[in-house]
Amino acid sequence: MNNAMKIISIYQPFLAFLLLCLGSVASAQDRATLDYRLKARALAPGVYVVEGTNADFSPANGCNIINTGFIDTEAGVLVINTGPSRLYGEQLRTLIARTTARPVTQVLHLNLHPDYFLGNQAFADVPRRATAETRAGIARESASYESNLYRACGDWMKGTETLAPNTEQTPGRWTLGQHHFELRAYQGHTASDLVLIDLDSGVAFVGGLAFADRIPTTPHAKLPQWLTSLRQLESDLEAELPGKQLRYVVPSHGPVRPDMSALRQTRDYLTWLDGTFSQSAQNGLEMIDVLRSPVPATYRTWAAFNTEFTRNVTHLYPQYEVQSLGAAQPLR
Amino acid sequence: MTHPFFRAVLTALLACVAYGSTWAQVAHADDPFHSFAWPDLHKAYLGGEPFVFDARVQVSGPAFAEDPMNVPISVDAKDLPDVTQIVVLVDRNPIRKVLAYYPQQALLPRVSFRFKMEQASPVRAAAKTKDGVWHVGSTWVESSGGGCTVAGATRQDGSWSKTLGLVSSRVFDQSPDPAQSTNHGARLRLRVMHPMDTGLVGGIPAFYLNRLQVSSSTGEPLLKMDLFEPVSENPVFSFDFAQRIPGPLVLTGTDNNGNRVAAQIE
Repeated sequence: MNNAMKIISIYQPFLAFLLLCLGSVASAQDRATLDYRLKARALAPGVYVVEGTNADFSPANGCNIINTGFIDTEAGVLVINTGPSRLYGEQLRTLIARTTARPVTQVLHLNLHPDYFLGNQAFADVPRRATAETRAGIARESASYESNLYRACGDWMKGTETLAPNTEQTPGRWTLGQHHFELRAYQGHTASDLVLIDLDSGVAFVGGLAFADRIPTTPHAKLPQWLTSLRQLESDLEAELPGKQLRYVVPSHGPVRPDMSALRQTRDYLTWLDGTFSQSAQNGLEMIDVLRSPVPATYRTWAAFNTEFTRNVTHLYPQYEVQSLGAAQPLR
Repeated sequence: MTHPFFRAVLTALLACVAYGSTWAQVAHADDPFHSFAWPDLHKAYLGGEPFVFDARVQVSGPAFAEDPMNVPISVDAKDLPDVTQIVVLVDRNPIRKVLAYYPQQALLPRVSFRFKMEQASPVRAAAKTKDGVWHVGSTWVESSGGGCTVAGATRQDGSWSKTLGLVSSRVFDQSPDPAQSTNHGARLRLRVMHPMDTGLVGGIPAFYLNRLQVSSSTGEPLLKMDLFEPVSENPVFSFDFAQRIPGPLVLTGTDNNGNRVAAQIE
């Protein structure tokens, strides 16, 4: 090997990092060829995010609205979430193979939602990890996720079938090769919300706990727990990655940012939602009245507002209503 | 003398025309949703009586049904005088009549509730005035559907039998209506626990609340409702009073198995 090649091989990871930094976020997917046109954006050497469109599910965006990622370690590549379809999973694996020579050796799911695991068919040969609650949730709900996504996304879903996670993941310190991760378990967005903190690169994959510039999804949400988790996560991130050590926060949906603003946006919105629902229930408002109540201008500009706010009301308002009613005295 | 062949052909043609005119349903010219089901609904549930599509009967629903087993609807016919009953119909449900509401005394011709949708459909509220004319308001609700043919949560987990017939309620002072700022009205909200099985799920017979009545403490009926299978599980209703009725109210009712509901509310 001549000197030039030696130099290149030494600096290869950094060159790859530079080249990928020049890459942009996911460009428009091609519906005719069912090509998601996935792009890996390096947030740090060996740490990549694959960003989805910040919108609601639709055939136009291929239902690719999720941020997945992968981390290149000496013990192989760790994949974080596998996307909404078999095709996505396959194209993600191809993208990883183009990005690094190392094989995929681990897959991790941060929660039970469909776009976190429906790409698993492309990763049948590696351990697919999730917490016990997430595994139980996937077993319970995967059939209805498949129906819903087939209906919402059309041909993009062709051949997609659930391949469940097969390895239980517990929180705590996790070392892969020379890479040190801290896994933390929270609740509130779902019964089990896993966060992966990469201590070496300062990148935190926070999953569905945070939505950036987007209305949060609430099918499994418990607002008080979610708000507590967000506060706890903020202080945990400050403890694990103090000051400038926190390089990036990767939310489930929306832009990656070098700060905790996604957590704060989500916290603001959920606090407003909780307060509005309580007040409305105490005033005896019907669900339709709540759907038509004024919403602060900021939230109306966020992605997926038109559909997600209706969903938030449908999922959550009934609990507030029930709390506002008192038990009536039975008569005989 | 016409050839028997031509007579046969003529008879056949006349029969086709006669049969065709009753068989080929045509959407009503004024129907905002041009629904082919409407003429049938009018005959079956409004007795073929005089009717008019009327925007004064406001039917408010969500743009889409996130949960096809709990689609919220609010009906408001307060701009119509002397409404004696409001019937809610869903064109494309397998069971098309949802409820009939009979406001009496101080009750406004307004009602809100949740129901089940089997597929995207027009939803109608027909308000009958004293002169016997039905005024029909409509809205469209988009839905992925299936709400009528899936068992409800308390049926699936078996908890329905522990809570059957339990009532929760509250009277909220001031109907939350900005147009009635000087009116000291009230809104009664109540929930009755019941699985409301449609009978369209294999192995589960129809089992649903069929009558509810709210009376004053002196026994005067204030409102009556006939309920049908599409009303949602553990239904929540809202009724608006023009003036609050003093004293506790009494809720009575039955389901189609003869179980009784009876509770003192407020």
